[in-house]
Amino acid sequence: MPIEVNGKSFETDEEGYLANINDWEPGVAEVMSKEDDLELTDEHWDIINYLREYYEEYQIAPAVRVLTKAVGKKFGKDKGNSKYLYGLFPYGPAKQACRYAGLPKPTGCV
Amino acid sequence: MSETIKKFLYLNRKAPYGTIYAWESLEVVLIGAAFDQDVSLAFMDDGVYQLTKGQDTTGVGMKNFSPTYAALGDYEVKKIFVEKESLDERGLTLDDLQHLVWEDEDDDWAEKDSIRLVSREEMTAIMDDADVVFSF
Repeated sequence: MPIEVNGKSFETDEEGYLANINDWEPGVAEVMSKEDDLELTDEHWDIINYLREYYEEYQIAPAVRVLTKAVGKKFGKDKGNSKYLYGLFPYGPAKQACRYAGLPKPTGCV
Repeated sequence: MSETIKKFLYLNRKAPYGTIYAWESLEVVLIGAAFDQDVSLAFMDDGVYQLTKGQDTTGVGMKNFSPTYAALGDYEVKKIFVEKESLDERGLTLDDLQHLVWEDEDDDWAEKDSIRLVSREEMTAIMDDADVVFSF
C-alpha cells in the first residue's frame, strides 16, 4: 500500500517497507512514525541517519548486534545496548528504524 | 546456546555475478554470524573475483554487492583466506582486491587485516581443519 507524504505517493511492500530506497525523504519517517503513534526526537534521528549512512556504505542494513555496537561507539557507551534502542523503537530497532529510514528489511530478520 | 564452537568454512569458488551463489553465500555468512561460531571465508578459482575493487554492475542488471564485504569485520568475520594460485592464474594480486579489515575492540579499535594470502597446499589444510564446509 503506498503512503502519502507531502502530497507525494511512495510505493511500499506488503510489510510497509519503502519499495525504492532512493525515494526516501525525511517526511517518510515522519508519516510512518505518526501511524505508529511515535514522536521522532533527535535521538531517533541519530539512529535513522546512522542506518542510512550504513546502508549507503555497505549496501545492507546492519544486524541488531552490529547496530548496537556501532551506536555505542558513535553516540556513547550508555546508548550501545538493546534497552536503549528498544526504548526508542519499541517494535525493534531493526524492523522499525530500518523501515523509517527507507531501508529494506534487514537480512536474516523474519 | 550450545557451548560447542564449530569451525565453519564458507568456500567461494564462483564469479560474483551471472549466478546467485556469491550473494547467497554472503547472506548466509551474515545471518550465520549471529550464532557465535568460528567463521572463516575462503576464496579460490573464479571466487577471487568477488573481492576485486571497482566492480561496476551497470551492464549486468544485478546489484553491486561488493561494498558489503567491507561490513564483514562488523560481523566478527576476521579470517578471509584467498588462494594465491587462483590470483596468479588470473593475473591478479592482493592489490586488486579490497582492503578488508576488522576493528579490535580490545586494542583501542585498531584496524587489522582480515585477508590472508594462502597457498593451495595451505588451503587444503584449512578445509581439512574445518568442522563444516559450505561450498558455494
